[in-house]
Amino acid sequence: MRAPATARRRALTPWLFLAPALVYLLLFFGYPLVRNVVMSFQDYTFATYFTGEAPFNGLENWRAVFANELFAASLWRTLLFTAGSLAGQFGIGMALAVFFSRRFPLSGVMRSLLLLPWLIPMVVAGTVWRRVLDQETGVLNEALQALHLTSAAVPWLSSPDHALLSVVLVNIWIGIPFNMVILYGGLQEIPAELREAAVLDGAGPLRTFFSVTLPLLRPVVTVVLVLGFMSTVKILDLVLALTGGGPAHSTETLGTLTYQLSFLQLDFGQGAVVGNVLIIISMVFAALYLRANRGGGTR
Amino acid sequence: MHAHHHRPPGTPLPPRRRVRAAASATLLLLAGVGCAAERDPDVYTIMNSGTDEPYHSWDQEVMDACGAQAGVRVDQLSVPADQLVPKALRMASSGSLPDVISLDGSDLPQFAEAGGLVPLEDLGLPTDDLTESALAFGSHEGVYYGAARSVNSLGLFYNAAVLAEEGIEPPTSWEELRSSAAALTEGDRYGLAISALSTEDGVYQFLPWLWSNGGDERELSSPESVEALQYIVSLVDAGSVSPSVVNWTQADANDQFIAGNAAMMINGPWQMPVLREHPELDWAVVEIPVPEAGDTSVAPIGGEAYTVPVNVDHPGREQVAAALVACLTTAEAQLDWSTKGSNVPLDPGAAEEYSEQVPELAPFVDQVRTARSRTEHVGTEWNTYSQAIGTALQAALTGRSSPQDAMGRAQEQVESQVEGRS
Repeated sequence: MRAPATARRRALTPWLFLAPALVYLLLFFGYPLVRNVVMSFQDYTFATYFTGEAPFNGLENWRAVFANELFAASLWRTLLFTAGSLAGQFGIGMALAVFFSRRFPLSGVMRSLLLLPWLIPMVVAGTVWRRVLDQETGVLNEALQALHLTSAAVPWLSSPDHALLSVVLVNIWIGIPFNMVILYGGLQEIPAELREAAVLDGAGPLRTFFSVTLPLLRPVVTVVLVLGFMSTVKILDLVLALTGGGPAHSTETLGTLTYQLSFLQLDFGQGAVVGNVLIIISMVFAALYLRANRGGGTR
Repeated sequence: MHAHHHRPPGTPLPPRRRVRAAASATLLLLAGVGCAAERDPDVYTIMNSGTDEPYHSWDQEVMDACGAQAGVRVDQLSVPADQLVPKALRMASSGSLPDVISLDGSDLPQFAEAGGLVPLEDLGLPTDDLTESALAFGSHEGVYYGAARSVNSLGLFYNAAVLAEEGIEPPTSWEELRSSAAALTEGDRYGLAISALSTEDGVYQFLPWLWSNGGDERELSSPESVEALQYIVSLVDAGSVSPSVVNWTQADANDQFIAGNAAMMINGPWQMPVLREHPELDWAVVEIPVPEAGDTSVAPIGGEAYTVPVNVDHPGREQVAAALVACLTTAEAQLDWSTKGSNVPLDPGAAEEYSEQVPELAPFVDQVRTARSRTEHVGTEWNTYSQAIGTALQAALTGRSSPQDAMGRAQEQVESQVEGRS
């Protein structure tokens, strides 16, 4: 009789160790996630908080959100915003990482200075940039005009044609340090001999970078891009601080739309729908990431 | 583990609900959110948005005095204005609402409609002495839920020194405002600063143009409504108002006015604490200009009202809460608070005395007399209307569409959304 009991205990032991993590995941990720999905099929309104009643209304919320012209526009802008931000952050971050991977005096000091945007809370950065980009009193326009680069003040945040670009530029500024630090770490791990060998074989700096460094850096690049994507696609605080989604909804993204529907219009069901769309987009990319890592994770 | 109080005591929970209750109790515990604590019978809580000093301390003084009169201690729970409703909703869902909540006039209908508030008449607060505007401000569908201590509205602030220098009289009609704003625009200085955000700040400021012109939030595509939007757009097009106003909050407009970047601004008396920090600035205020001389200036009425949330478990507390509300809103209390906090008393006697004591803000007393409540006609749907107006405002100001098209779309948007819900 003792043997099966021991076997059972042995089978249970791994679960015991997993239990805290599982409970944690279920409580803090599983519950809100399921709640949000359920909520998107409910007529969840102001009164729900008092009565506790949120009748199910089928696809009503989904239909309303998809019929809302702001939704399609916000989805498109979210994609533009994410692609633009990632391209800028990654490109500049990579250039700086390569630059600093060579040793030269004061490189440590400059590298730490470049980390500053990372230390600043998003809302503070947004508020400061709002002043910098102000059409009349902003430093940027004054500088541009003093240098005769532009003849008239650029309406960075007050014209629907410029606002999205301005928000993307500020987000690039915020995201550079993260990209630089992770890529720099990755570059340090590539043995110098490999590059030296390439140089001996007659490869120029560009050829060495694209044929040796970049392929070896691939796993790190995937991590940076996927993490960057996840944090960029759900952008909310920066946009709220800079433009509040305006002017004329020109910087409305899925993140701000969720906020608007839930907390300004108090239609929590429709807000949940947009939240779910964001979750679905993120999940697609998480799956791609996992697949990519399984294939190339032999480093 | 404290007991939860959402149901009458003594009713046993069905098994499935018991499991769910236990689960949610565990969740709350783990999330670090306390359960509804057993209430101390001698301690009452009043929730408001008075986080800023000195308002917070002034409030506490009045609350202490009223608490002493009722024989209880009063705790003040202040949360930032934009977080008050979400916080109150969370408290409502766990049955732990405070004894009194100071609600913004435009939020009151939602709480009343949800059945969350006790009619003040049921708690022995008479309404016969109230003025029509006080009654309208605190009522939803004819039932009086909220007693206001003071209200506010909008006015036209002007830099008296600059106007005197240019030899310009404070404008009273749209045409005068247009010409003086143009004349006052010079170098870095714009004639007029406003807030034209698509959120409540900007919408609140658009209403005086809409309403004084005979327009209406229920008929946004009417010629009067379109004309009001047209007027604001023309001021920006003429260069008298900065195109940046689409990003300005009311506080931003005030900053621009103080910095000398605007000779006039539309704003409310709540900017007084900031304005007083700049004694070198020589300013005065008049009523918002009307379309034609002789028209009535109709501005929105803003402010907060004390309400008593339904307390199923301790109905006795509602009575004491009502006594606190009564004490906080007497004519003397209104005058005292308004003088300190630069708002306008609702009580006519107090308002008259206020005009004498604070003559520089007397125009607000006149403005409040004719002011209209945002929720008077559309009640709980105000958010939908506000959103549509904000969108139209920005579409027209940024040149995305003509005022005519912008207002037409706003009307369609409101109709489809309101119909979708009913």
